[in-house]
Amino acid sequence: MSRKHRSYLYLLIGFAAIIGLSFPFEAGLNSYDMRIVINVGISMILAASLNLINGFTGQFSLGHAGFMAIGAYTASALTTMVFGTTEGTTQELLFLVVLIAGGVSAAIAGLLIGIPSLRLKGDYLAIVTLGFGEIIRVVLQNIEPLGGSLGISGIPRYTTFIWTFGILAVLIFVTENLMRSTYGRGFLATRDDEIAAESVGVNTTKYKVTAFVVGAFFAGIAGGLYGHYNSLIRPLDFGFLKSVEIVVMVILGGMGSTWGVLLAAALLTYLPEALREVELFGIKFRDFRMTIYALSLILLMIFRPQGLLGDFNAEEFIRKIRGKPKKPATTET
Amino acid sequence: MEEFLQQLINGLSLGAIYALIALGYTMIYGVLRFINFAHGDVFMIGTYIGFFILTSSFGQALGPGFGTAVIVFLAAMLGCGLLGVTIEFLAYRPLRTRPKLTVLITAIGVSFFLEYTGQLSFVFGADPRTFPTVVEKTMVVQSGSLVIDSYQIIIFVVAIVLMLGLRMLIMKTRIGTALRASSMNLNAASLMGINTNAVISFTFFVGSALAGAGAILYAMSYPKINPLMGILPGLKAFIAAVLGGIGNISGAAVGGFIIGSAETMTAGYISPTLRDAIVFAILIFILIVKPSGLFGQGGTEKV
Amino acid sequence: MYRLITLLFAGLLAGIMISCGGNGGNEEESDVIKIGHFASLQGDIATFGQQTDKGIKLAVEEINANGGVLGKQIQLITEDTRSTTQDAGLAAEKLISNDGVTVLLGEVASSLSLVAAPIAEREQVPMLTPSSTNPEVTVDKNGNVRKYVFRVCFIDPFQGKVMAKFAKENLSTQRIAILKDNANDYSVGLAKNFRETFEAMGGEILAEQAFEAKQVDFKSQLTDIRDMNPDAIYVPGYYTEVSLIAEQARDLGITVPLLGGDGWDSPELTKGKFKEALEGCYFSNHYSVEDTTAKVKAFTEKYDQSYGELPGAMSALGYDAMYIVADAITRAGSTDSEAVTKALSETKDFPGITGNITIDEQHNAEKSAVVLMIKEGKFTYFATMEP
Repeated sequence: MSRKHRSYLYLLIGFAAIIGLSFPFEAGLNSYDMRIVINVGISMILAASLNLINGFTGQFSLGHAGFMAIGAYTASALTTMVFGTTEGTTQELLFLVVLIAGGVSAAIAGLLIGIPSLRLKGDYLAIVTLGFGEIIRVVLQNIEPLGGSLGISGIPRYTTFIWTFGILAVLIFVTENLMRSTYGRGFLATRDDEIAAESVGVNTTKYKVTAFVVGAFFAGIAGGLYGHYNSLIRPLDFGFLKSVEIVVMVILGGMGSTWGVLLAAALLTYLPEALREVELFGIKFRDFRMTIYALSLILLMIFRPQGLLGDFNAEEFIRKIRGKPKKPATTET
Repeated sequence: MEEFLQQLINGLSLGAIYALIALGYTMIYGVLRFINFAHGDVFMIGTYIGFFILTSSFGQALGPGFGTAVIVFLAAMLGCGLLGVTIEFLAYRPLRTRPKLTVLITAIGVSFFLEYTGQLSFVFGADPRTFPTVVEKTMVVQSGSLVIDSYQIIIFVVAIVLMLGLRMLIMKTRIGTALRASSMNLNAASLMGINTNAVISFTFFVGSALAGAGAILYAMSYPKINPLMGILPGLKAFIAAVLGGIGNISGAAVGGFIIGSAETMTAGYISPTLRDAIVFAILIFILIVKPSGLFGQGGTEKV
Repeated sequence: MYRLITLLFAGLLAGIMISCGGNGGNEEESDVIKIGHFASLQGDIATFGQQTDKGIKLAVEEINANGGVLGKQIQLITEDTRSTTQDAGLAAEKLISNDGVTVLLGEVASSLSLVAAPIAEREQVPMLTPSSTNPEVTVDKNGNVRKYVFRVCFIDPFQGKVMAKFAKENLSTQRIAILKDNANDYSVGLAKNFRETFEAMGGEILAEQAFEAKQVDFKSQLTDIRDMNPDAIYVPGYYTEVSLIAEQARDLGITVPLLGGDGWDSPELTKGKFKEALEGCYFSNHYSVEDTTAKVKAFTEKYDQSYGELPGAMSALGYDAMYIVADAITRAGSTDSEAVTKALSETKDFPGITGNITIDEQHNAEKSAVVLMIKEGKFTYFATMEP
């Protein structure tokens, strides 16, 4: 079986596993645990989509929450204002349509922001994307029909375990296939040495814009999922801090390591919740859970600077376990 | 015309504070090539140092006046300077040889740490505090709708004096020369026998001390302080540093003034609620036209 | 050395994970009544969340010292929302699912209460918000009253109306400018309702200027307002910004009074140099700190003793919310959610700090407002306004 066919098989297995898992999850977890799981899933989508821009292509973006906001607002506005809120009856097809609409509008924004990235590098690009994210937030705050600062409320709850992780599976599938194609080589070449890549004829422009568009698309979908789970979205939640949170997940996970980034997203979303209940030496951690969260960031970076799974290669690992000899060096990092 | 002049004066005094903070960003970037995200929070700590001195029995005995102002300024500068050096030593130094993005996350961690810890009720508390009067405010000019108060002049003078002092320090002293050498090439400087660790500590001290001075100036004119107050001025100063060409010291100063005036002008003439958005839009436009900032060394990269 | 720290840290993290797993199942303790409070203890609006929590804690201490409710002690569990909608959902869900609280208290921000309200409805746990003023919190978009959600504060339309009426009738002002906080739905709501009422009464709104929370420079907006020469300026914001606005207005030579809402109520409003700037301004509130009724006096004294500061509106509302919950449970005679919900909805003329509270059909608190005047930095009673 060719590699391409195998990846479709993996996707199918992934879907089956998610549907299979959803039953014990729905039955065994109380609604708080379930909410954590869904939030973890959404964080994973956000982090993995930013990883495409930041990790694989090396374009430092600080405006990912802006893409999420566009997706969340488009999807939520469509559901509440165009299709009407019919609580209880989850219209699966409708949900898919609004999610994709959210993704597409975010992708268009990604295209717009990808274009200046052609001329800018490093911190300058970071600032431009940051500015973009803030502009989105401030503009949303000033649009009265979209609820202004209160945001859109009363969004029906369509997001489920299957939706969240199904979309995550699609994202991983797209990422893995993209990375094995010419695009993937292009991304990595752009990241590793843009000048060298240009000089051997790699169209870095194309790869940068593609990374922005695909990354933004999935961030937009994550926004839609978030809105349809939390029942309310407001501009304040898509500020600079949210973007920073996502960047932290990517870097902590090890730039460019999909599994590491997913692990970091899960850890960083779960940690603040876990700290609510911890008590050590009679001191309740609840009161300063965010202080501990911040300290963990610093210590993790000092003691594991390559990221959680930064130098970990899943294929390499499996090969090692199977005892097969190491493949000759490839361009993959 | 009068209104334009008024907005310009307001903008320049605001910009002077941004410039002071931006200098710290740009100096640290110049030497270590990374964005010290915690800089805005060091600024916040500066206002609290001033607050605690002024509300202590010592500060209350002194009362507002020139002497008090000098003491508060020096204390905030010294306190912030030491804090900057400590942060560098504990959080950034172990990562000196690591990729810059790693250090960036550590800096974000430090920033979160200062903000969230500051909000704990037994530290500073989230409730905003009223910053006591350092020197009495008087109206210097009041003709028609044009109003200039003594604070605006103090801010401007102090900022200019500090910037000139910094320039002297960098251009005329031994350590300044070492700093310039280190920002050209850290490794080469160390091979030339420069104690780069000492230079980096010095850079953090001076950069943070300038933020401390900016903090007192800021708290004087906007006397409500809280643990999250550093975020916005920090962000604006960072933008100013990038606008001027990050790593370039005079660029940061000019960038600060530009951002300050752009902000008050947009608020006055276009829209006060969209002011941040418009400032960002201007910035994006400038960067697209001139990608390495106004005074940044752009262009050729060696292959 | 680093290795040692790494190991210690890893051990700590592992410990955290394990201890969480262990805490999943909760044994029912029947000798306490659990009350959950989800509040912004950190983040943008932490100052209000922390104040509310202080008020609730004070009430719980008093209730427990007097023998508790139905012979049981009250156990208050406060969870932080970091001022975000994501954590508001998590905190509310945790309090209901893991801790099994009888009643849910919170939030200050209407947007955060709107995240928790559907959760309370779904889990059928009564929720009482001390200070969310948006009408939608208790009545959803389709006009259906949320069965389990109540509030003890005014709603936006009421306070806006009261102040417009006051400005027109008591102060006989004709031309007013508004300066609102665009990033804050409370402020936007008050401004909107003020404008509607004031214009309907024949007044003129000269301008509706806006700023954004966290901004510190309001001179541009104030310069515009000054040139229009209004009789008064309505500033429905929080005290965090209002002090600065007042000071800058006076610097620019604006002498007319500023008017505001209960967001002004904090001893910090008139501290230090702000005292002069706010002299002669008015705001609508639930009660007056210098009220001579024994109840209010006892509350302010106790609060001062416990925390070393005077209470603001948030603390008083938190305190009242807790007492109303205790009263409802006592009347219900059990901690059964349906019974408590019913008792809450039947709350009538409850003598709280913030007025005599009756919960109406829309699950809002019906009470009269007072208008306070700022005199020498103190909030002095000026008038009572009926709804």
